[in-house]
Amino acid sequence: MTNVKKVATRESYGKALAELGSEIENLVVLDADLAGATKTGIFKKAFPDRFIDCGIAECDMMGIAAGMATCGAIPFASTFAMFASGRAFEIVRNSIGYPHLNVKIGATHAGISVGEDGASHQCNEDLALMRTIPGMTIINPSDDVEARAAVRAAATTDGPFYLRFGRFAVPVINDRPDYKFEIGKGVLLREGTDVTIVATGLCVAAALDAAEMLAADGISAEVINIHTIKPLDRDLIAASAKKTGKVVTAEEHSIIGGLGGAVCEALAETVPTPVLRIGVKDVFGESGPAGELLHKYQLDGEGIYNQVKAWM
Amino acid sequence: MANEVRKGILISTHAAKAGHPGGSLSAADVFTYLYFEEMNIDPKNPKDPDRDRFVLSKGHTAPGLYAALANRGYFPLDWLPTLRHTGSDLQGHPCMQHTPGIDQNTGSLGQGISAAVGMALYAKMNNKSYRTYTLLGDGEIEEGMVWEAAMFAGYRKLDNLCVIVDNNNLQIDGPITEVCSPYPIDKKFEAFNFHVINVADGNDMEQLAAAFKEAREFKGAPSAIIMKTLKGKGVSFMENQVSWHGVAPNDEQFAIGMADLEKIGEAL
Repeated sequence: MTNVKKVATRESYGKALAELGSEIENLVVLDADLAGATKTGIFKKAFPDRFIDCGIAECDMMGIAAGMATCGAIPFASTFAMFASGRAFEIVRNSIGYPHLNVKIGATHAGISVGEDGASHQCNEDLALMRTIPGMTIINPSDDVEARAAVRAAATTDGPFYLRFGRFAVPVINDRPDYKFEIGKGVLLREGTDVTIVATGLCVAAALDAAEMLAADGISAEVINIHTIKPLDRDLIAASAKKTGKVVTAEEHSIIGGLGGAVCEALAETVPTPVLRIGVKDVFGESGPAGELLHKYQLDGEGIYNQVKAWM
Repeated sequence: MANEVRKGILISTHAAKAGHPGGSLSAADVFTYLYFEEMNIDPKNPKDPDRDRFVLSKGHTAPGLYAALANRGYFPLDWLPTLRHTGSDLQGHPCMQHTPGIDQNTGSLGQGISAAVGMALYAKMNNKSYRTYTLLGDGEIEEGMVWEAAMFAGYRKLDNLCVIVDNNNLQIDGPITEVCSPYPIDKKFEAFNFHVINVADGNDMEQLAAAFKEAREFKGAPSAIIMKTLKGKGVSFMENQVSWHGVAPNDEQFAIGMADLEKIGEAL
């Protein structure tokens, strides 16, 4: 996929906010001294009066967003995934989730593809944390097109959202006229009969690459893009599992509690199926260029291919 | 009226066999003053977008807030004995989905002030004239997030925000001076660019009236009213007793407490 256009979804986030700003008057954007990195700076430039820099105080930012939401604002509270879901977890849970407020959390720099900053900033636990909050919708888009659609959907749907974006430029795979984004609906990207690969985020493009390589070995892989981690499209996953009898999950997140956990929970209750969870294997990340890390942690096309092949 | 609010606190915590009477009683006067004198609110229209807001950052003293709201007509007084019961609309800590008049869910200390800051900021950004009030415990301000919020409010000159600290000097593990003293409280808020108003007796309505008037009229900075109060105020055996932070009165204690309040009522 070397010739494909690549965009970091954090960039999509900033651009989508600026676009929506002119359509939705009560949309406001909060950040915690990371506007340049989260790309909310794009919104700030277009709507300086509706941009609020809270300083390096993520907990307070989530609380302010909650208070503004009670008054009718649609706040997008933005920071790195580590701080949004980790540091501010309890504020997200109690001040946003419990009163079910209309706050959108824009979490960028998720996963190991943060790269050189290393383990302290590579959040591989956010999906697990956010999944436990009742009523929280969680979206982990796979590319630029999907990320923009997700921001729009979040802005126009009531209730708390957790939107997960990456720092690393990833291939644009959804740029087609019939692309449609629907919260909670998985997308069947490739039909197959031998194994189902359920992927999310940047692993979707990698899963498509892996499916191509598996096909060369005579293995027919079905690929499903799960952009909405919660509510999970259990029906689509169960139907595919029934067909192929083998399910692989692929995510740039811990194998505990994220997509892999959610799919195992769903299948255990519907179509009990052997599952291989591909992800960050209960370890902390490390410094390095994002591409190299994705390769080392076997989250690129080749890594997914090798793991599926070995498992089959 | 504050005396009626105090009775409501005893009625609800006695019926619940749980709850936090001490800090509710120390703040009974400020709850009463806010809902009967200070705030621009309408119990018949609790979601009015232009109403003044109140966030009970020290959410465990919900029994005091509930008693004030009930007496003000937000919901019937006979809800009070349902406090903390399964299925009740009076949750152990404030919950806006359940209780009319609650402006934000609280209970986990340190968070309410940030939500109040968000409400005040929203008013500034949208040229709304409502004011936002938030009540914190003196133990609560040991939470670091309080100072994140204070820094923001001071920096943004949110003069439509009034932070109240219920300085009853006691927290769960003992006097605040023996746990992790937040003193000097006034100097801290001053350092965060607040207009600070010290109230010598926060259980005295006239002193409260003067403080809120000053806060309302001060422009260019948020106000912090630091009010000295007596934990357990009005109930003889609860006054200034650390043990009455989170314990409900039994039948006998309830009878004595209600008699204390009846006596105070008659003297008024």
